[in-house]
Amino acid sequence: MSGLSPIEPVLLARRGKPDSAMIQTYLADGGYASWKKVLGGAKSGEWTPAKVTDLVKASGLRGRGGAGFPCGMKWTFVPPKEKRGDKPVYLLCNADESEPGTFKDRLLMETDPHQVLEGMMLASFALDVKHAYLYIRGEMVHAAEVLNKAVAETYAKGFLGVDVLGSGLDLDITIHRGAGAYICGEETALIESLEGKRGHPRIKPPFPAVSGVWGCPTVVNNVETLCCVKHILDRGADWFKSIGRNEKNTGPKLYCVSGHVEKPGVYEAPLGVPWETLLALAGGVKGGRRLKAVIPGGASAAMLTAKEVENLPMDFDGVAAAKSMLGSAAIIVMDETTDIPKAVTNIAKFFAHESCGQCTPCREGTPWMHKMLKRIVSGEGKKTDLDLLLQIAGQMGNGMTICVFADAAIAPVLSGIPKFREEFEAYVAKSSHPDFALAAPEDLTNKVAERAAAGIH
Amino acid sequence: MSGAQKLPVAEQAENPRVGEHGALSCGRALSFSRQTHDDLERLLARYPTKQAALLPTLWLAQREWGWISREAVDYVATLLDLSPAFVWGVVTFYTMYNRAPVGTHLIQFCTSISCHLNGAGEAYAECRKRLGDLKPGETTPDGKFTVVEVECLAQCDKAPAVMVNDDDHFVITKDKLDAFLGSLK
Ligand SMILES: Cc1cc2nc3c(=O)[nH]c(=O)nc-3n(C[C@H](O)[C@H](O)[C@H](O)COP(=O)(O)O)c2cc1C
Ligand code: SF4
Ligand code: FES
Repeated sequence: MSGLSPIEPVLLARRGKPDSAMIQTYLADGGYASWKKVLGGAKSGEWTPAKVTDLVKASGLRGRGGAGFPCGMKWTFVPPKEKRGDKPVYLLCNADESEPGTFKDRLLMETDPHQVLEGMMLASFALDVKHAYLYIRGEMVHAAEVLNKAVAETYAKGFLGVDVLGSGLDLDITIHRGAGAYICGEETALIESLEGKRGHPRIKPPFPAVSGVWGCPTVVNNVETLCCVKHILDRGADWFKSIGRNEKNTGPKLYCVSGHVEKPGVYEAPLGVPWETLLALAGGVKGGRRLKAVIPGGASAAMLTAKEVENLPMDFDGVAAAKSMLGSAAIIVMDETTDIPKAVTNIAKFFAHESCGQCTPCREGTPWMHKMLKRIVSGEGKKTDLDLLLQIAGQMGNGMTICVFADAAIAPVLSGIPKFREEFEAYVAKSSHPDFALAAPEDLTNKVAERAAAGIH
Repeated sequence: MSGAQKLPVAEQAENPRVGEHGALSCGRALSFSRQTHDDLERLLARYPTKQAALLPTLWLAQREWGWISREAVDYVATLLDLSPAFVWGVVTFYTMYNRAPVGTHLIQFCTSISCHLNGAGEAYAECRKRLGDLKPGETTPDGKFTVVEVECLAQCDKAPAVMVNDDDHFVITKDKLDAFLGSLK
């Protein structure tokens, strides 16, 4: 059986069931079986933290938060007891979900919160965590309520607290609300924010696994990653590995499809499904129009042309090979009517607004890029603007800043302008500064038409 | 930086109610109700440091008073053994703490990319126009509506997405504004 054959929903199996957020229905569907199994075997040594970690490693699970880092390997970076002394280890579930185009974690938390909690519990067992926090973005008021209710139900059942189910182990989970700041999804900013500070990313090293929240070893994992952990414990590493395109891209994956499609929504498919399958799941391009461009991994990912996404395996390595990234699997579809310069300007606005302000290239560069783009799309651009934009953007990334936010901010510009240069040039050509106009507008219109006819975009 | 400032900085500077650390005064001493005090006690038990309870405590303050005034900043600082300047620094970093009173209905339009592609910009502009040419962040004279622009609300499949206070509203295109505004009493 191919790892890409359609699968029964795993992460979304309980979506749409009545009262799916309640513990009774979760238990009735076999929920918390793995938690009971692991705790039941803790005293006898049948289940050890290392055994859970090894399973997760063997499954090939890569983090679903954006970077695709191997989950089990990340866990092994936490120093062993002998080295960390009496410092506690913390697990932070990253539910900040703010990458434009991403809405999968919200769905998991709102419809099946116990799945998330069980994943957190199992990861806590593997990491010797006594207190785990789930950091949820401030805007998700409803999801936070659902989670808090679920946590209360879990304590009432004795699945959390002191000496959980007689295992001798203690575990607490706390839901912590953010207050509106995209950058708090970056793991070290999240840590700062949890400590009660402004969400300023930290310089690494030290990495959180060594020194994270309150100076203690810390693991940050995405909501969907932790849900996968639960299913790996339920059904085994081999089962998980049997799904997906290859050894490096395994398991079921949630794709958030939005923009110009008939049926925007979250779709579950094997990691690595071809682009066409995904587009078909989402009902195809809106109104049967032609596809122009796709952003495959949220606003931070480089834009791909319709040509570039053809037959593209939608997984970490597949999208990386096309010089973009799967990121949070936020797939933003743009049809032929899309004004790309305006779309790029919109994304630039987002980054200008969300820079945390610590690093000069990012703090100054992101609003500057937005201003330049605004100038261009409002018909005030100069002919030198496009190259200037590319040049400045080219100086903002690649390790010039504390975190990779700046690299994310330049990706739409560095991909959008070269790939759709005619559209930008058409704006500049129509500029109200004739001195600077690039070419006669008619010429450009022709060029755009020619390229469109040739199927270039 | 990260902050759709509900009150432009220039206006704050000219405002006689602005205190040393830049926050507006509400003109009276504040303290939490009994119930909120109990909530705070429960909160503090969840963290190894008092400072970690700052964001949740500010949420409590906003629940109690609707916005974060100079007095609220001073009060929260005292509760958590922090300096008012530090607390204000945190308040201003996050967009969701209101730094001035807002209308009964705080209408938050997402204009990020997926909503943009589905007409959010037009709906947002039209909404402000219908409420009397409101500037971003401005409140109607009757105190009923404040309209602001926010970034992606993680409801991109229901674009354009709008939040009113704590409630999610879906597919608020320009042609649905009548029904939408009519539903907000
Ligand atoms: C600017 C920025 C924003 C991020 N936002 C999120 C987010 O909203 N949710 C998330 O899970 N990870 C986000 N990440 C990735 C986290 O830093 C971290 O890698 C991730 O939570 C790790 O979880 P995983 O290993 O399970 O994927 C962001 C990273 C950056 C640089
Ligand atoms: S790159 Fe930008 S967001 Fe990241 S730390 Fe620097 S200023 Fe902040
Ligand atoms: S882009 Fe508007 S909700 Fe995501």
